[in-house]
Amino acid sequence: MINLRDKGAQLWEGWNRPKRVTFAVIAVAMVGLLPFGGDFSFTSILNTPVSSYQSVLVYPVGMFVLMALGLNIVVGKSGLLDLGYVAFFAIGGYTAGVLGIHTHLNTWEILPIGMGMAMLAGVLLGLPTLRLRGDYLAIVTLGFGEIVRIVALNTQSIGASTGIPSIPTPPKTFGLKFDIVHNNSYFWVVLILILLVIWMIRRFTVRRPGRAWEAIRQDEDVAILMGVPILRYKVWSFSIGAAIGGAAGVIFASKTQYVAPNMFTFNVSVLILSCVVFGGMGNIWGVIVGGVILAYLPERIRFISNARQLVFGIALVVIMNVRPDGLLPRKKREKLGAVKEAKEVPNG
Amino acid sequence: MNFSVLTSQFWPLLINGLAVGLIYVLISLGYTMVYGVLRLINFANSEIFMVGTFATVIVTRDIFKYTSAHEALHGFRLIATLLLILLASMLFSGVTAVLVEIVAYRRLRSKGTNRLASLISAIGTSIMISEAVRMLTKSAPVPTPRLLNKFFLFTIGSVKIRIDTFLVIISAALIFFMVDRFVTKTLLGKAIRAVSMSEETSKLMGVNLNRVISATFLIGGLVTGAAAFLYMQVYETTVFNVGFNLGLAAFTAAVLGGIGNIRGAFYGGLTLGLFEQFASAVIGGQWKSVTVFTVLVLVLLFKPNGLFGEAIQQSRV
Repeated sequence: MINLRDKGAQLWEGWNRPKRVTFAVIAVAMVGLLPFGGDFSFTSILNTPVSSYQSVLVYPVGMFVLMALGLNIVVGKSGLLDLGYVAFFAIGGYTAGVLGIHTHLNTWEILPIGMGMAMLAGVLLGLPTLRLRGDYLAIVTLGFGEIVRIVALNTQSIGASTGIPSIPTPPKTFGLKFDIVHNNSYFWVVLILILLVIWMIRRFTVRRPGRAWEAIRQDEDVAILMGVPILRYKVWSFSIGAAIGGAAGVIFASKTQYVAPNMFTFNVSVLILSCVVFGGMGNIWGVIVGGVILAYLPERIRFISNARQLVFGIALVVIMNVRPDGLLPRKKREKLGAVKEAKEVPNG
Repeated sequence: MNFSVLTSQFWPLLINGLAVGLIYVLISLGYTMVYGVLRLINFANSEIFMVGTFATVIVTRDIFKYTSAHEALHGFRLIATLLLILLASMLFSGVTAVLVEIVAYRRLRSKGTNRLASLISAIGTSIMISEAVRMLTKSAPVPTPRLLNKFFLFTIGSVKIRIDTFLVIISAALIFFMVDRFVTKTLLGKAIRAVSMSEETSKLMGVNLNRVISATFLIGGLVTGAAAFLYMQVYETTVFNVGFNLGLAAFTAAVLGGIGNIRGAFYGGLTLGLFEQFASAVIGGQWKSVTVFTVLVLVLLFKPNGLFGEAIQQSRV
């Protein structure tokens, strides 16, 4: 099987700086122009049959990519299986709802508050539970996701099962209008957030936190022995992932202008985790591809409307069986050692 | 908060808690046994349960041709019919479990890939099964004809015990006892335990890994099917996503008792069932899952291997 990831990396490393900058600018510009893709005949195949294409680009596609990147820090980079990621999305969404209705803050002012709230929740949940490993962490985070949903469902002051309606949209910013017909503005905001997150992850990866996460993921015991304060870096990874989920929640709430508990079910957590694993855990570009495919595909194949979830399930099974490391897996540096070890055994 | 129910309703809560808890025990056996041999959460177990409930309906309604208007059965005929339905339900779930293993796990296992890939593939299988059933039933709840005349059998303390509750408690305890005997006494059981201790070593000792894993899935499926049958005798309605909440609770029970540990699943399931009943009586049914998960977090904080568990902390993503 061809390894697209290594081919891409090779090409990229062969380029000099101007070439790289040009490529990045062109790529970002092309993605930025995506909302117009439905307007031309030769790109109209992108159009989604039921919901508006521009709207689909924001939610689920943009949101899923953003959240998958956030979850990738937790699952892909530091190897902590989080099955309740939707909780942070919900906390962001509800923060936007409550503050948007009861205060005069606009969406841009709420955004950092929502991220802060999600981050706080991440720290509060992380401090006691990140001492646990593997599947116990998975079930605790799963439980947390459900608890957040049930609390929202049973609290009258935040609308219980009906949720919070008529959340204000963002104000007009830089000449861009944000309302139900101007989906493009939301898309560009999400795109900027995604670019910021990519930049942040790339910086982290080559610095101390990234190395610490990599060490924790590969072998926790060795990491402790090498003097990595693992709890601190785990909590950091968890809360940075949470903050990104919170940011997605705030934008989501201000776009749909409505949040309700049934938007934040366990299925969303599973979908986002699927994006990460399907695309290629730990590799930013893989995760983005995974997010785009898993969010866009069900919308694009709406013409088989009833069976689309079924097709989705089959696609997950088939792809995971054919490419278990995801579509674009991370560099297999750590696998080299494993191969050598395996070869040494038969030779005695 | 209403603490007076704890004393006034003590016996009914206790009996209901036992019945619910024992159903959890059976479902969590499916999780815990698979976890033992594969070190993986079998996400499709809730769908295996769901298939069992539908098998119960189909056999009762379409093969035995009982309708809701049918009068209740008695005596030998009742017992024979129930047993046959139980067997059918177990068989359907067992076969589904084995198929899940082949579709979702086998190929990935032979490649020796990361655990998350198997997890996602199991989630995919789970979506596949539940979506197929959803489309077939058009998302509507499906009732099963009542075969048991639900009379009160006898009274303990202040509570009248209904026949279906009695049936659940007795048969679930019996099935658990059989599984426990099977795993501790037979050769295959020994192989299963060996694999769950160390896959590599048991391979060297000549254990046929694939067969043991298939057998584990089969037994887990059979037990989950039995749980589905018992569930249907009490609740009498099923829907395509019936397994979700029950599966979650059963998995919690398995973790509570120490996952991978069969007797732990027994205590975990009972503890969870009883706790759930009493807690929801005190603070209201809508908070049931919250209390359950809060207890789970607390247990994991202070006894990270579960209440009755062995050390499996080392397992990781």
